[in-house]
Amino acid sequence: MKSCDIVIAGGGPAGLAAAIAARKAGVESILILERDREAGGILNQCIHNGFGLHTFREELTGPEYAGRYIEMARALQIEWMPDTMVMEISRDKVITAMNRREGIFRIQAKAVILAMGCRERARGALNIPGYRPAGIFSAGTAQRLVNMEGYMPGREVVILGSGDIGLIMARRMTLEGAKVKAVAELMPYCGGLKRNIVQCLEDYDIPLKLSHTVVDIRGKERLEGVTLAQVDDDGRPIPGTEEDYPCDTLLLSVGLIPENELSQGMGVVLDGVTGGPVVDESLETNIPGVFACGNVLHVHDLVDYVSEEAARAGVNAAGYVTGRLAQNGRKIPVTAMEGVRYTVPQFICPDRMEADLTVRFRVAGVYRDRFVSVYLDGERVLHQKKRVMAPGEMEEVILHKSSLLACPDLQCITIKTEKE
Amino acid sequence: MEQKELICIGCPMGCALTITMDGGQIVEVSGNTCPKGKAYGEKEVTNPSRTITSTVRVLGGESPLVPVKTRTEIPKDKIFACMEVLHGIAVRAPVAAGDVLLEDVAGTGVPVVATRGVGKK
Repeated sequence: MKSCDIVIAGGGPAGLAAAIAARKAGVESILILERDREAGGILNQCIHNGFGLHTFREELTGPEYAGRYIEMARALQIEWMPDTMVMEISRDKVITAMNRREGIFRIQAKAVILAMGCRERARGALNIPGYRPAGIFSAGTAQRLVNMEGYMPGREVVILGSGDIGLIMARRMTLEGAKVKAVAELMPYCGGLKRNIVQCLEDYDIPLKLSHTVVDIRGKERLEGVTLAQVDDDGRPIPGTEEDYPCDTLLLSVGLIPENELSQGMGVVLDGVTGGPVVDESLETNIPGVFACGNVLHVHDLVDYVSEEAARAGVNAAGYVTGRLAQNGRKIPVTAMEGVRYTVPQFICPDRMEADLTVRFRVAGVYRDRFVSVYLDGERVLHQKKRVMAPGEMEEVILHKSSLLACPDLQCITIKTEKE
Repeated sequence: MEQKELICIGCPMGCALTITMDGGQIVEVSGNTCPKGKAYGEKEVTNPSRTITSTVRVLGGESPLVPVKTRTEIPKDKIFACMEVLHGIAVRAPVAAGDVLLEDVAGTGVPVVATRGVGKK
């Protein structure tokens, strides 16, 4: 069986950044397994700009951002296999993969980095009544068809869900000559970034209907129209508010789900809120030597943060392989409460953490003039006022190693929002 | 005097800006909570512009399209003129990232460049 120091499942932005960082940290034997024909992952179909403002201090398109990392990986001569599907990873880090050249093969890894990304929530998960005609696509599928394959999914469009991909596709379909009639969002707030609301919807006079959902789908062969209705505070449609929208296309932008079948298969423990692995400050899962980063860990808004996080996973995987990453440290749980839905990481080992550690989280609603607080057991060590927080924009706090080490009996780190 | 309402995109705050104009002149920007908001509001009412990203058809390439962008922002009212031009052209593979595919799109003086390479089939 072939063996390799670090095997990375996925050659998108997370896998590439992890590989580059691991190589720079001194590991020679690294292999990326990628199921697509090219590296770069979802960035290849994200032809819009707005990527890289943090990483490169300039505004790049998705393919340009991917191109920079692909170039770096090439310059560092990192080995990768395209068109290769990872079938299974065992708990002792044997990877079973297949491609058309070699058939099924196995690789023994010393460390594994999970970087499989996420997939879109589909219609089946929503329980929308009505027929099942052609013309209903996830927003990301439509994005790939329009931007890479050269097909227009339709001409008259309604979009359900105001995630960023939905907003981006509202603009994209409009530029390509389609009429986007409305974007409906179940929640009373938009799921996407402010900049996308303005530049993708308002620029083109596309109505954003908050607290609305699709209650009926018409058409037997091809979609003929959808019915939107307003919903009450519990998300139930309000009778009498139905409005018909004739259309041939319905795009769904209703959430992303980390793709963790491989992780579960090897016994990695997942977080019920993020849908991704539970990790510690080194992005190591419950299985020593198995790390996770990018959208497989938790869904990000900005690729810049994916790259930064993945680089940490790469450095730590290198540390595991070379024996520099200490094992058996005491792990303190990080608890998310009162308006904080989750945190990544979920555990922190103070001995292993860097001087400063960024903990990322999302909030449960739109909050104005609220504080983010960090408690070490009963003592509040951070109390930061935020003008506005929203579920669509990831938040962060920075924890200091020195303050954690100053509490030798620390049992729990709590992150929550407070009104005062 | 006329007033225009905008949402600032400078940060997640999303301040509701009110820009008071007299003829073509800006009299006041209000509702902003930082200097970024003032600058954004002024630019949006006097000279709104956007970078346009789209695709151009490729002949004989390993993929049928190449993603492109306008190298800098173009006036907002030229967006659809720009798209019409991009729909009408095709380039022959190979294309390299950064190649200028069009010198001046829709009379804006702004070039259109490829944002990734496409090899020959």
